[in-house]
Amino acid sequence: MNNPENLKKVKEEWKEKKVLPLLRKFPERKSQFKTSFDGDIDILYTPEDLPPDGYDQALGFPGQYPFTRGVQPTMYRGRFWTMRQYAGFGTAEESNERYRYLLSQGQTGLSVAFDLPTQIGYDSDDQMAEGEVGKVGVAIDSLEDMEVLFEGIPLDKVSTSMTINSTAAILLAMYIAVGEKQGVDPSRLTGTIQNDILKEYIARGTYIFPPDASMRLITDIFEYCSKALPDFNTISISGYHIREAGADAAQEVAFTLADGIAYVESAIKAGLDPNVFGKRLSFFFNSHNNFLEEIAKFRAARRLWAKIMKDRFGVTDEKAMMLRFHTQTGGSTLTAQQPMNNIIRVAFQALAAVLGGTQSLHTNSFDEALGLPTQDSVTIALRTQQIIACETGVTDTVDPVGGSYYVENLTDRIEKLALDYLQKIDDLGGMVKAVQEGYIQKEILNTAYNYQLKVEREEQVIVGVNQYLSDENLKKDILKIDPVIEEKQRNKLAALKRRRNSQVVEEALKELKKAALGSENLFPIILNAVKSYATLGEISNTLRDVFGEYTEAVIL
Amino acid sequence: MKRVKVLVAKPGLDGHDRGAKVVAMALRDAGMEVIYTGLRQSADEVVKAALQEDVDIIGLSILSGAHMRICEKVLNLMKEKGIDEKPVFVGGIIPAEDALELKKMGILEVFGPGTPLKAIVDSIKGAVDK
Repeated sequence: MNNPENLKKVKEEWKEKKVLPLLRKFPERKSQFKTSFDGDIDILYTPEDLPPDGYDQALGFPGQYPFTRGVQPTMYRGRFWTMRQYAGFGTAEESNERYRYLLSQGQTGLSVAFDLPTQIGYDSDDQMAEGEVGKVGVAIDSLEDMEVLFEGIPLDKVSTSMTINSTAAILLAMYIAVGEKQGVDPSRLTGTIQNDILKEYIARGTYIFPPDASMRLITDIFEYCSKALPDFNTISISGYHIREAGADAAQEVAFTLADGIAYVESAIKAGLDPNVFGKRLSFFFNSHNNFLEEIAKFRAARRLWAKIMKDRFGVTDEKAMMLRFHTQTGGSTLTAQQPMNNIIRVAFQALAAVLGGTQSLHTNSFDEALGLPTQDSVTIALRTQQIIACETGVTDTVDPVGGSYYVENLTDRIEKLALDYLQKIDDLGGMVKAVQEGYIQKEILNTAYNYQLKVEREEQVIVGVNQYLSDENLKKDILKIDPVIEEKQRNKLAALKRRRNSQVVEEALKELKKAALGSENLFPIILNAVKSYATLGEISNTLRDVFGEYTEAVIL
Repeated sequence: MKRVKVLVAKPGLDGHDRGAKVVAMALRDAGMEVIYTGLRQSADEVVKAALQEDVDIIGLSILSGAHMRICEKVLNLMKEKGIDEKPVFVGGIIPAEDALELKKMGILEVFGPGTPLKAIVDSIKGAVDK
């Protein structure tokens, strides 16, 4: 029976004798069953569908190359993933209060959401910031705001993830400065900055500078931190937003790892050793509704990245081959209709992330298709993770779905599809070029549009949206950001500008401009400017003057 | 019959453009001519594009929470330029209360998450036929 050839024959016979006669009487629900990436799904999977490479090569053991079954030998038997809820809104004072609340409820790491002006390098008093201050995250204009944001939170005890990209160097510099004021040496800081500009061009939109300057800032951070902040993840290469923009599971893996390859190439070109900086690369994936496919996706990404680091970049240290990742449940899967249903969606998505071996997790709140989440909805989201961790039992052995014929087959197929894309991207001249030309954006948009058409035709059912509708009153409590915040933030900024030593600030900015025109590492100079209380906008504008701004490839 | 011309715009700093692009594709598939602005447009730029392209209708996509301020600015500028007869619709994450406010302000329709593309297409056709 275990002979694959024989098994294949037996399966065919079974189909003929048992399945076909039944289908004549009772046809299946659909004429075709498909994965999200448009692959066929067979009625049954057997050992013949396992990867041809065999157990050792394809799966191996957790904590060992190719890490298909997990990056640590003990996984959640050792400790659970970091429960890290992305939060931040309004002023630094309000966000600080939310962080302290989350930590008091058993959350184990912080994740800071910044408002759009902070992410795009505008101070709160900039005309471009009008109406946006404190809306999708906290407004940070200067080191002063950052000091308030982390007041009473010991930076040597809590790890902090910051969703910040084109202004990542500035915010990380502020974080280091706050740590120093608390008496924490930078070498003891742990956490992550997103610092992934390519996916901003592709899908998220908070870019400032053109690719060359952006890549330089990123490698400058890599270089500086490899010595000064050895335990800090200097990038979170993100598929999350690529998926939210409409990509399918295989595209999510492909485009994320393609971004990763571009960063590694850029750092190697800058003279850095992939065996060293490779250990500080981290990843960020989405978890959508298709449960088994998502589990397979995480496993495929892990295996493929290990192979890329080993074979393509010649890395010898296994730690630099490990794909460690954060997961967030799928924001675009949340429905405004019957919003309580989202609690269930989030639970399944979170379970998939855990079965996929995530290192940290954000669970969305059920009300996020309606507005910013309230404290109550955030608490349910956090409790969802705690229930998975403590009650379901899935954390008691490593990679419990490993060996499932279907999951292993999906893992293999997602890896192969991603590999095909990587080849295509290489042929186009690499990821930076593929993004500048809009190829990646077009691929994603096509998938997004086709998905929407499937929803319209009800080939894809969304409970409460295109089937199982009910009359409901959508009114609910949502978190409102008081427009007064914008004014408050502007006043605070004006007061700081009066108080600080403007000569020192000017000197620091002049120094920065000079360095930007040259080729030295910009990070220590930005750190110096931040400590002089130069604002985020002033620092960003100084760099804008030198680097110019990126113009989007408008794709439709 | 003249082809309906629509401006689909992303005003403000918001980078969520999946909705705007998918709607733009659906409008195009429904036979309309669509101008898509791309990200990070100021209210000035949106109104300027509407004038330049002489569109029949304007769609604004906003998921950043800045909708009240942005819509107010766009509508005021349209009045200034004498094109306030052109209908404006909004898509995005807009709380129900705000949607009511926006309609009072002069926004024709607000489309939230889960709105079928067909509903948007029909609504625009209806607005332009009037």
